[in-house]
This record gives sequence, C-alpha cells and structure tokens, in this order.
Amino acid sequence: MHQTFDAALEINLLHANQAGADHNRAHFDAWGITCFNVMSSPGAGKTALLERSLAVLSQELQIAVIEGDMTTELDADRLRQYGVPVIAINTGRACHLDAQMVAGGIHRLSHEYDPTAFDLVFVENVGNLVCPAEFEVGEHAKVALLSITEGEDKPLKYPVMFQAADCLLITKMDLAPYLEINLDQIVDNVRQMNAQVTIIPVSAKTGEGLADWFQWVRSQLNPISFKQRSIVHCSS
Amino acid sequence: MHETDMTKALILTVKDWWEAQPDRPRISQIHLLVGQFTCVEPASLQFAFAVQSRQTFLAEAKLTIQEIPLIAFCHRCQQEYRPQIGMRYACPDCRSPMDDIRSGRELKIDRIEYVTDESLVAEHS
Repeated sequence: MHQTFDAALEINLLHANQAGADHNRAHFDAWGITCFNVMSSPGAGKTALLERSLAVLSQELQIAVIEGDMTTELDADRLRQYGVPVIAINTGRACHLDAQMVAGGIHRLSHEYDPTAFDLVFVENVGNLVCPAEFEVGEHAKVALLSITEGEDKPLKYPVMFQAADCLLITKMDLAPYLEINLDQIVDNVRQMNAQVTIIPVSAKTGEGLADWFQWVRSQLNPISFKQRSIVHCSS
Repeated sequence: MHETDMTKALILTVKDWWEAQPDRPRISQIHLLVGQFTCVEPASLQFAFAVQSRQTFLAEAKLTIQEIPLIAFCHRCQQEYRPQIGMRYACPDCRSPMDDIRSGRELKIDRIEYVTDESLVAEHS
C-alpha cells in the first residue's frame, strides 16, 4: 500500500535572513551604533536626502553609509563628497539588500575603521517599494520615502513597506504647488495601516522639513553612543 | 524577483530537513503558507520552484501554496475584519487604523509529505 507521511516543519522562509539581521543588529548595539534602513521607490530622493543629512548631521555625529546600488557606484560617489565612509554594496541584479549583504558591508566597515567611533549608519536600500520591506537587514528603524509626485494611492498599493515604516518622509515638497495632489490624503492612507509612524514632509531642495527630520534622527540615537562602548569581534 | 531568493531559502530549508533524515525519504509534496499581506506572489514562487528544483532531490516534489487572508483585529470594536488590500485597511465600522494583524503575514513551510523506503517496499511487496 502506498503510504505517505507528514512532517510538520513550521519554519519561516525568512528565518535565515532574520537570524542574519539579528546578528547585524547585535554588532550595531555593541558598537553603540543606530542603524536606519532607508527605503523607497527609485528616484524618490534617498540619495538627495542623505546628502542634505550628511551635510548637517556629520558635524555632530560620526556617520557611515552602506549603499546598495544595482550596478554602479554613482550614489556612493555623491555621498563620499561629504567626507563620511561609504561602503558600496554592488547588489548585482538583486532587487533588495538582505542581511547577508549588509553583514559584508559591516565587516568592511569594522576592518577599515574603528566601528565604535560611529553613532549612526544609514543603509540606503535598492530603490524598490516591494522587496526591501520583507528583508530586514539589522536596522533599528525603517525610514520610508514617498515623493509627492508618486500619488496618494501608493501607500494603499504597496502597503507592506508603509505599514512597517517608523518614519515616512514625503519628499520633493517643493513640487507640490505644481501638482494636483492632496497631502492630507497621502497621510490618511498611510495612517490607515500605520498609526504610529512619524510623517514629515520635506524638500531636499528648499530645506523644508529637514530640521524636523534631523530632530527625529537625534531622538532615535542609541544612548550608549555617547557613553562607554564595548568592543566585540566577529568570528565569521 | 525576490521569489527567486525565497525559493532558494525554501529549498535549502527542506534540504536541511531531508539530509537529517536517516532514510532520505522521497518528498512528494511541500506545503507552503503564504499570507496575502506579504510581497510574495504565489505564481512567481511556483515558477521559481519549478526551475530551481529541476534535477534535484525535489524534482518530483509538488509545491502546494495555501494563501492566508489578511485578517486584522479592531480593539475598539473587539472584532476581526478583513482589510481590502489596495483599497482600505482601517476598520470598516469605526475607521480605527489597522494595527493588530492576526493573519496574512505568513511565509512559512507548514509541512512536508514524504514516502519512506519502507513504505515503498510495502507498496512493492
């Protein structure tokens, strides 16, 4: 008689990535680093936002950037002009960064610099509203960007990223006068699925809202980044 | 595109299990739970699995995907509701934001069906 057996596995498909993300976060914690995972669709203004952020925040904080770009180092080169370490991860054709790729970036950072000297690491994810939302990389907070030109309905259509975001920056606000777009509707659509998210309309061009964004960044910093830090070594 | 990575993770996980079995049973079916509030498209997973399992120990295995609906719980109304993905996520009655997701985020290998050598023997005798 044909006999079939069942084995209950109940294993999460992203288990390995989650374990890698937790490992990355443990390193950040030991070094007193706060890590932000910066995500958006392509062209929403992640790099422009980071340029403005580095210009101001690098005067008071030690910052490094882990930059995910599909094939080029164009974005990384833009950010290096601000005098901060930029670790470029060439993701090839991958549509998102995963924990393992970011671990590679962290190891380079810790070999080339003293990681305990840093307060803040920005991980600039691959431009994509879908995949990065599923792959945690070891961040302490997720920062999503939505440019005002993308329309009110994007949070409804790509809910996973907006539901998980801790901070949402609505970018390119300087273009709002030229568009028929309802900012309140965007905010309302995001709030439907994420009541806690901090929403800040900004413009990297005019500087609108950036002071609020910087204040939010400061509010998220690991308190031990200003105190004694412990040193850990990674065996892997 | 990330379904390719998910499938890689799926096959590696099942392989770990399979290699831990003393009799290396023939796997006939893998049951996967995929929540509707994930970024995973079941058809893409099926396609990736068909390609990646070719000429492996899973070549004959069938992938069965059970989609799990998005269900949220409204604490104000003390009731579950089904948000309409792409349309509306707030509670339909009181319009409270969706905050307690009860199901729909699953990406899980639920169980594996397999046939052992012994049962093959039993089948042949």
